[in-house]
Amino acid sequence: MKISVAEVEYVARLARLELNKAETDLFAGQMDAILGYVEKLNELDTADIRPTSHAVPVENAFREDATSPSLGVAKALANAPDRADSFYRVPKVIE
Amino acid sequence: MDIFELTIHELHRKLNARELSSAEATRAMLERIESVEPRVGSFITRTPESALAEAAAADRRIASGDAHILTGIPLALKDIFLTEGIRTTCGSRMLHNFIPPYSATAWERLRDCGSVLLGKLNQDEFAMGSSNESSAFGVTRNPWDTARIPGGSSGGSAAAIAARQATATLGTDTGGSIRQPSSHCGCVGLKPTYGRVSRYGVIAFASSLDQVGPITRDVTDCAIMLGAVAGYDSKDSTSVNTPVPDYTAALTGDIKGLRIGLPKEYYIDGLDRDVQAAMDRAIETYRRLGAEFVDISLPHTDYAVATYYLIATAEASSNLARYDGVRFGHRSEQAEGLIDMMTKSRSEGFGAEVKRRIMLGTYALSSGYYDAYYVKAQKVRTLIMGDFTRAFENVDAILTPVAPTPAFKIGEMVDDPLQMYLSDIFTIPVNLAGTCAMSVPAGFSASGLPIGLQLIGKPFGEETILRAGHAFEQATEWHTRKAEI
Repeated sequence: MKISVAEVEYVARLARLELNKAETDLFAGQMDAILGYVEKLNELDTADIRPTSHAVPVENAFREDATSPSLGVAKALANAPDRADSFYRVPKVIE
Repeated sequence: MDIFELTIHELHRKLNARELSSAEATRAMLERIESVEPRVGSFITRTPESALAEAAAADRRIASGDAHILTGIPLALKDIFLTEGIRTTCGSRMLHNFIPPYSATAWERLRDCGSVLLGKLNQDEFAMGSSNESSAFGVTRNPWDTARIPGGSSGGSAAAIAARQATATLGTDTGGSIRQPSSHCGCVGLKPTYGRVSRYGVIAFASSLDQVGPITRDVTDCAIMLGAVAGYDSKDSTSVNTPVPDYTAALTGDIKGLRIGLPKEYYIDGLDRDVQAAMDRAIETYRRLGAEFVDISLPHTDYAVATYYLIATAEASSNLARYDGVRFGHRSEQAEGLIDMMTKSRSEGFGAEVKRRIMLGTYALSSGYYDAYYVKAQKVRTLIMGDFTRAFENVDAILTPVAPTPAFKIGEMVDDPLQMYLSDIFTIPVNLAGTCAMSVPAGFSASGLPIGLQLIGKPFGEETILRAGHAFEQATEWHTRKAEI
């Protein structure tokens, strides 16, 4: 068993997901099968291989340090689930 | 021939000759959508009013003599492209109410050409899936057999082309999501080289793999669409600044002496008999056209699916962290406190496949497992890229099947995600290597389901695979067959 129910619950907390008992059991089984499958990568000796994070060897993408048009407050807030004036409104953080 | 049957180049000719107006073409397409949509389910959002207004504007542009080949052509887009003022859901309940404040560069370029937007097409939620069954807006059905999946994640896009509900579309391809549904629906689909088309305004799944590309009725349309959307975009820092060739000029029909590689790892025991037969016929056709075949090896193919599902899920778990209910998207009304609001919003907004991939990615990136899973996968990615680099020292293109089987039945693989993931085994290595590949209709199964061949090209070798795909298309009649829907 690569992953236990307790680990699934821990990872769900890290991912900010709330799983019910049925989902937790289902994911434990499925993740176990998938992680078991990916173990096959260990057949390969990669000690001297450099990791690839990107298919294109892009260096830093620079541009002029100049102002350009932006969305503006009204457009940026147009999809806010809740707002007050020019701000997003969220539940109280500090009790 | 019905108007909705016309390709881009055929419709353009009629628009230019004033045999037809864009308004007439758009109305014909809207009627076609209305008539077949209950059986296919390709669309999430339809935009008939703005489409007719855009068509009228296109007709004025054509009359002024300032038309592009795409002016007045009715298109539809996968619902992953941001379209200013038009709801964009990405197939998710999380974004069921999202109206983008700006547009994706790829769509802006098509709009600047004067094309007409008919609506937004169904897809797997956040482009995660191989069957179009994970959309929060229901399943799309394959127009060739409505009991079967159209493929995914651009399943709505491929189904819309096969059902003649749009002249052409754009999809996105992270592990085969343009090529596999194109193969299953009898369309042409091209995943360009990573960086060839801007990803700005395309909702991110796995940023180092995602790429935008066309799904069309034939290879000529594919070249036209790619030419319109390709090219550098300063808003996408991974966009590559190299000139865009005239892709339609590459369609010469001449492939004499083209060296095509056949990787032994793709022609395996257990490959579906009809798929193997289609490939055998395709090889024979190419020989007749003057191509030369070379046996090659891509030795790390067997590790590609495992590599992909670690890298893609890791990047997805990071990209999807932005859906926290604060700035846009679904916000739970049941929550108490900030963290609870984020957790409940995500839990209510995401479907099962998205949650499963976020969980896998979070696990692979978590403390203690990062090196064993994520970094290991990145190293194997280096080996897979090396396979392609070596292969392309000896060949101009590589010929493989797109998928191991024709379209499977709806519900057949829903409970077995690993089997579903393995159905992408022939498309995934291309995304890891970052190079280009195209699906072209190459036959039908005994039960009448389309089968596609895959042509893989060198990085920025789109002209070569378009030329090879076009030559094959001209020598065969597969692309002329129509789904009876």
